[in-house]
Amino acid sequence: MEQISTEDFQVIDNCLMIRLPEEVDHHRAGFICENADRLLVRDDVCNVVFDFENTRFMDSSGIGIIMGRYRKIACFGGKVYAIHADRQIQRILMVSGLNKIVEVLV
Amino acid sequence: MIQEIRNEMELSFDAISDNEAFARVAVAAFVSHLNPTLEELSDIKTAVSEAVTNAIIHGYENYYGYARPDGKRLPEEVIHPGKVRICCLLEKDLLHISISDQGVGMTDVEQAMEPLFTTKPELERSGMGFAFMEAFMDDLEVESRPGQGTTVRMTKKMGVGDWIDSEE
Repeated sequence: MEQISTEDFQVIDNCLMIRLPEEVDHHRAGFICENADRLLVRDDVCNVVFDFENTRFMDSSGIGIIMGRYRKIACFGGKVYAIHADRQIQRILMVSGLNKIVEVLV
Repeated sequence: MIQEIRNEMELSFDAISDNEAFARVAVAAFVSHLNPTLEELSDIKTAVSEAVTNAIIHGYENYYGYARPDGKRLPEEVIHPGKVRICCLLEKDLLHISISDQGVGMTDVEQAMEPLFTTKPELERSGMGFAFMEAFMDDLEVESRPGQGTTVRMTKKMGVGDWIDSEE
């Protein structure tokens, strides 16, 4: 399985782009949160974009990751986006109600 | 076509986060001969993942799930020993999954099942675990005793996916 690395976290303009791994679960959550937060403290980052292009599985740990990042940037007016989410991932975002705070761009 | 079958399996594995993916894939593989839809498979994998993650984090208090590219662990990542047990039973088109641990257990199961309730907000847990199990399976029962462990029993009727697809 494809491993997530620090290269999957990039700041482009004022957005932190996070390319998520094939499976987002508790096992991988720590590394994702840690690396995201390291870049979120930078002044030039306002928005976070989660890229689900390679992601085939996500459980509530992924919801925890997104909620946590949302809390960190929402108070400064930042927004959270989800891109390339397939049907299953969109379902997870719907069931959790996260689609109300995250802009899902298909 | 659903055949009249009865098929049972049992799995026992260490309560470490590395096994979360193994557990959900194993259960998905167990039902694969029923030709489940992608949606059904995804539902089962999500529910199993939630229950197994709960057993690892809360049951045995192995908080850290750090899959690092270098494979190293931080010094604060204490690993408590313990096993998570999964039993699956297929009866015709009904899948019963039981996931149990012999960990710390819970005093208030009802509170634990409330959406967004979490005892570990510092771990970035969403508190959606039980809500997901309920949403993606047909039936959910939780039995827990403090100091003795927790058992989660879930049931899902297989082979209704085609019908749901055609309704949509």
